[in-house]
Amino acid sequence: MSIDMEQFHQVFFEESFEGLDVMETGLLNLDSGEADNEEINSIFRAAHSIKGGSGTFGFQNISDFTHIMETLLDEVRDGVRDLTHDGINILLKSVDCLRMMMTATSEGGEVDEDEVKTNFEALQNILDSDASAETVNDTPVVSDASDQPAAGWKIKFTPHKNFMQFGNDPVRILRELSGLGELKGQVDTSKVPDFDELNPEDMYLSWDLELAGEVTKAAIDDVFAWVEDESDITITPLNSADKKSEAPQQTPSSTAKKPTASVVAPVAKAAEKKDKAPAASSSIRVGIDKIDDLINMVGELVITQSMLSLLGEDFNMSRLEKLQEGLIQLDRHTRELQESVMQIRMVPISFTFSRFPRMVRDLSAKLDKKIELVMHGENTELDKTVIEKIGDPLVHLVRNSVDHGIEMPEDRLAAGKPETGTIQLNAFHRGGNIVIEITDDGKGIDKDIIFQKGVEKGLIEAGAKLSDQQIYDLLFNPGFSTAAEITDVSGRGVGMDVVKKNIMSLGGAIETHSVKGQGTIFSIRLPLTLAILDGQSVSVGEDNYIIPLVSIVESVRPKKEMLNMVAGKGETYKLRDEYLPIIRVRDLFNIPDAKADLLEEGLLVVVEADGKRFGVFVDDLLGQQQVVIKSLESNYKRIKGVSGATILGDGSVALILDIPSLIRMSD
Amino acid sequence: MGLIMALILTVDDSASMRQMVSFTLKGAGYDVVEAEDGQKALDASKTKKFDLVVTDVNMPVMDGITFIRHLRSEANYKFTPILMLTTESSSDKKAEGKAAGATGWIVKPFNPDQLLAVVKKVLG
Repeated sequence: MSIDMEQFHQVFFEESFEGLDVMETGLLNLDSGEADNEEINSIFRAAHSIKGGSGTFGFQNISDFTHIMETLLDEVRDGVRDLTHDGINILLKSVDCLRMMMTATSEGGEVDEDEVKTNFEALQNILDSDASAETVNDTPVVSDASDQPAAGWKIKFTPHKNFMQFGNDPVRILRELSGLGELKGQVDTSKVPDFDELNPEDMYLSWDLELAGEVTKAAIDDVFAWVEDESDITITPLNSADKKSEAPQQTPSSTAKKPTASVVAPVAKAAEKKDKAPAASSSIRVGIDKIDDLINMVGELVITQSMLSLLGEDFNMSRLEKLQEGLIQLDRHTRELQESVMQIRMVPISFTFSRFPRMVRDLSAKLDKKIELVMHGENTELDKTVIEKIGDPLVHLVRNSVDHGIEMPEDRLAAGKPETGTIQLNAFHRGGNIVIEITDDGKGIDKDIIFQKGVEKGLIEAGAKLSDQQIYDLLFNPGFSTAAEITDVSGRGVGMDVVKKNIMSLGGAIETHSVKGQGTIFSIRLPLTLAILDGQSVSVGEDNYIIPLVSIVESVRPKKEMLNMVAGKGETYKLRDEYLPIIRVRDLFNIPDAKADLLEEGLLVVVEADGKRFGVFVDDLLGQQQVVIKSLESNYKRIKGVSGATILGDGSVALILDIPSLIRMSD
Repeated sequence: MGLIMALILTVDDSASMRQMVSFTLKGAGYDVVEAEDGQKALDASKTKKFDLVVTDVNMPVMDGITFIRHLRSEANYKFTPILMLTTESSSDKKAEGKAAGATGWIVKPFNPDQLLAVVKKVLG
């Protein structure tokens, strides 16, 4: 039977990459001294699985490389070798190297052989470094005379009493032997006791066999390989039985054993799949319980549906109540189904967080800083797309905290702080959002310096009065860098603007809080999912619009006396002590039939974005609802001030207002 | 084998290995149940009577050796062939497995044909 091994490759790569992450995390934990045996075991298991899999699926180079890592880890696991800090570093580098090999293999790229060689030698050096551990002998295959075929063999096979207790069966042995050549023999029943003493689970028989044909001794050893401990076996060549033989009575011992399957031709050759496009389709692992939930929900939905269709076949007004009941059920089940489906796309944020321990460790070593990374809420779940897109901004912010936030150990001591700085990563739910906080106990952001820099760069006027938040927001301007000297850790001020842009494109927001000398908190707020949004529907003229609920602060019915006209700035509305610029949706989109002209006839929805508040003027508020976001770009074209569209219950289309871009438009 | 195809339990924490073993055996007409660690395999062994068990050694939660020891002590599995998947470097693992009650082993890496050959050998 020929089986296409390639069909298992993707699964193999996926689990191997996961295995590498496990190894990396484990090694980092070992490093910080909080490792237990289970930690080492799980590292070993990951290496072991990768080795076994890569060997089986024909990736010999990966298998060879992992083998040496496994050998080293095995010694550590067995307690014959201590892992030094340097050893861990080399293992971490080897994990990187393995990841590189795996990426190259899975995507059809080139493996950097020098890199492989360097790491391989480094590992070999550790293994050779001291004699504390005897190098594991891979049961050298003794190729002695036993490989020489003889004309035939005489075999005495005496199974022990407990032979059957291991699931073995002498019949199997005999069948296999007869498959090798012509088998003749006699069964010895002399040991069989009287019937009343006979234990049917014990073995009392033995055999004297003669196997004729061109059979090697190794082949016969193979047949007995599993049972050599539960039986006495003597194998002698037939033709030399009476001559002085070099090995007349050879009991197979463990040193001479040569397992059947030890020689394996790699199944897939790298060259064979050159023309094959890399399998880039990403997959998602979903817990079986989530799928079960889903199937449950669908079941409920089908029941409701059949109930309703039964009702519809023979409907009269007396059954109206039943109909309403059914519709309520339908509504509930649809919503639950929707939630279950959304759950499938949810993955824990640990997918993103897991890279940080390594990163902080490497960076702090590079900068000679002492930093401890503390993570909370790794199990907080977030839409897969959001997780993928938030990775880079988080990396940037963490780098920033390491580089600019945490001070050098001596500076910290001088400031009366502990020598080791702390960076915290926190993820949690708040409202319908996920909040990710990056907190450091470093030197904080110096508002004056930022302010000056802002003036220098022409971003603000020298005398401008800015709120703290507005000053911090300057950090996110393109080309804004305050690092006294540029390091290659956090770059040249490119990035913070990109961080902000990425977060905004996910419909999120970032806030900065900082106390000079005590530290900084970057707080990122993200929607749980990109596909569905909680919206407030509003009407302007004949049209309905959706305002994302996250942007709304409050809604007010405007009073005429609070309205002000500011020269050159348009209308503002005085709400408590704040003057809100007013955005009229009617004017923005040229809606001719808007009902409310005078302010007091409509409603003002107070929205917030980028730290600024505005009043969006609409005719009326309708209801709050969850809307499914449909892309305008792919169905129509991009429109300024609109982030997408949705289809309402009555089939009409409503545009979703993009509040940040509205605010920019009216600025 | 009679008319009813043998029922095989394959135990491995690696999804790709499990799939490969399962696919190969199913392709040869066997019925296969998969389990991802020793504990799950032990649970599965109580719901059905398997004719053959093929298990990996290194697994989380419950390793293969412990699993074999538990399984062998079940009255239902006193004589059932249990094969372990092992690498050639671990000859003490083989001994350990045998001591726990394993029937034999398949050495990794192996290809589908080798797997089938061993399975046929055991199931007859």
